[in-house]
Amino acid sequence: MIGKIWSWIDDRTGFSDVVMPIMKHVVPDDARWWYVFGSATLCAFIVQVLTGIALAMVYVPGGDAAYESLKYITEDATLGFIVRGMHYYGATAMVMMAVIHMTQVFLHASYKYPREMNWMSGVVLLFVVLGMAFTGQLLRWDANGVWSVMVAAEMAGRVPFIGEYIAHFILGGETVGGSTLSRFFAIHVFILPGLIFAGIGLHMWLILRHGISEMPKKNQPVEPETYKENYEKRLHKTGVPFWPDAMWRDVIFSTIVVGVILACSIFIGPPALGPSPDPANIHANPMPDWYFWWYFAVLSMLPPALETYIILGSPVLGFVILFVLPLLSNKGQRAPSQRPWAVGTVIFGATAFIVLTIYGYLKPWSPDFDVKPLPPEIVKSNDPKIQEGALLVHQKGCLYCHDIDGYGGHRGPVLSDIGSRLDRGELVIRISNGGYNMPSFAASLTAVEMDKMVDFLLTRTDHPQEEEKADN
Amino acid sequence: MSEQSEQPQTAGEDDRRGFFAKVSIILSAVIGAGITLPGLGFVLAPVFARPKQSWRRIGKVDDYEIGKTVTVEFRDDVSVKWAGVTAMTGAWLRRVSEKDFIAFSINCRHLGCPVNWVADAKLFMCPCHGGVYYEDGDVAAGPPPEPLARYEVRIKDGFVEIETSSVPLTTNDQV
Repeated sequence: MIGKIWSWIDDRTGFSDVVMPIMKHVVPDDARWWYVFGSATLCAFIVQVLTGIALAMVYVPGGDAAYESLKYITEDATLGFIVRGMHYYGATAMVMMAVIHMTQVFLHASYKYPREMNWMSGVVLLFVVLGMAFTGQLLRWDANGVWSVMVAAEMAGRVPFIGEYIAHFILGGETVGGSTLSRFFAIHVFILPGLIFAGIGLHMWLILRHGISEMPKKNQPVEPETYKENYEKRLHKTGVPFWPDAMWRDVIFSTIVVGVILACSIFIGPPALGPSPDPANIHANPMPDWYFWWYFAVLSMLPPALETYIILGSPVLGFVILFVLPLLSNKGQRAPSQRPWAVGTVIFGATAFIVLTIYGYLKPWSPDFDVKPLPPEIVKSNDPKIQEGALLVHQKGCLYCHDIDGYGGHRGPVLSDIGSRLDRGELVIRISNGGYNMPSFAASLTAVEMDKMVDFLLTRTDHPQEEEKADN
Repeated sequence: MSEQSEQPQTAGEDDRRGFFAKVSIILSAVIGAGITLPGLGFVLAPVFARPKQSWRRIGKVDDYEIGKTVTVEFRDDVSVKWAGVTAMTGAWLRRVSEKDFIAFSINCRHLGCPVNWVADAKLFMCPCHGGVYYEDGDVAAGPPPEPLARYEVRIKDGFVEIETSSVPLTTNDQV
């Protein structure tokens, strides 16, 4: 009976005729664990679609209610905590898997003939996925999200001539408000996912059309004239059906990815909501999600003159370079051992990403508003004048940017041994006039205050005890 | 196309086909325009809308101490009704003398983050990328290309009033 029903369905839908040949298409037998990242990206996307639909059934994309609805999802709704967590960690997984997948394809030069368009569609998909990550962060609609829209609009506003229009288009008006959120919601749930679905369709179709690339071999450079013929020959001799001979590895890896997403959302939970999105509440400290921290660090370090060019130029340039890569080099060696520049690029890129991410996280680029006054064991003086100087160093904001023996921000130079480097006159000039990236304090310090501060700073030397003895 | 060459054809049939092909393409374009243009206009309208401005009453003049800089909150004029708390905007308000007030935008002119007033140091500092401003709003350090934006302030019937205006983008000199 069941067999009869199935053969009816199979006949009318053409599952055995159309779908099975696709599942069983022959792939190179050396396509092993290296090849699991693409399918894992797809799997993470499926997690995003399903949890996203679930969230959209409760989430209210309105400026007045979004924050409350998210609080409800996180705190009260049945399993809401886990669903929101899965959507968050799924996004992280998707960005990570997409980048690892791309790195693998780049290292193995699988983008070369005839798979140029596979790569190009993948690059478009990567940027759309990053767009999803960014717009998703804003939908949280806490203070962080709202200020991030402001930063995004400011960046867009720097486009020559039409920047203002773009910024106002993003904001849905002149300022961040109710219309901004609904705009981002529509982009996040309709426009970008539509693009991703279409992009994945094209990407998969191209995989079927050109076949999965083999592992690169040193004696097997890509020659467009003969490549397809040789590939077919080798595949005929040594290929295996995708289902189930190759696919089981993808399934195992995707199981691990989903397992990690689930475990993170159960045991760590979704990111805490920041304070409510009151734009009048100025005590916010906007910070993007971790995969954008490197960019945050870059923005903080740039000389102002270069800023606009980098903010606008680097994403565009990055996209263009990646997009046209297979057109510039589509034949020749594929083996990483024969392509030192490619390996070097990956090592350089990964190192830069890790270093900048750490920098971005440590936030040494902004004043540290929470810094506490210097404790007595650091001041190390009974002289009330020097103690007052130490207090002033905190009150006047010096410690927001300067570190003294581990206390203070990191925006400016460390002052732990400033007394050995500058004398009284130099210190007074430096504090009064300011200088590169330091405000002038001439107007906000009295002569007495200046005196006390300099007295204190002069005690900051390599060997404070010896200095004291010498003075006595 | 190969199909056409296989079929016996006359010149008249060819003309007819060509005509219908053209009509179909033109009508498809008309349908496309009919579907997309109203929506496009609807979505783009806010971009070209003229900013609205109005005076908002903040508080009694006597509530503010001379020389002190405080945060004030007021409702933006351009926000939609359902903006909730995001309809609010803030400013740093300072009473300079008996009759004079200054109001600074809280948005850093670098990338729009909220600046904090550090009273002892007499500086506005931005938590994002290290922008610092003097008490008059001029850039003291960091990346901001321009001084803090100001709102118009006036005193009316013993109350301080601020004229709402959109947050200026760094490239936009409305304020």
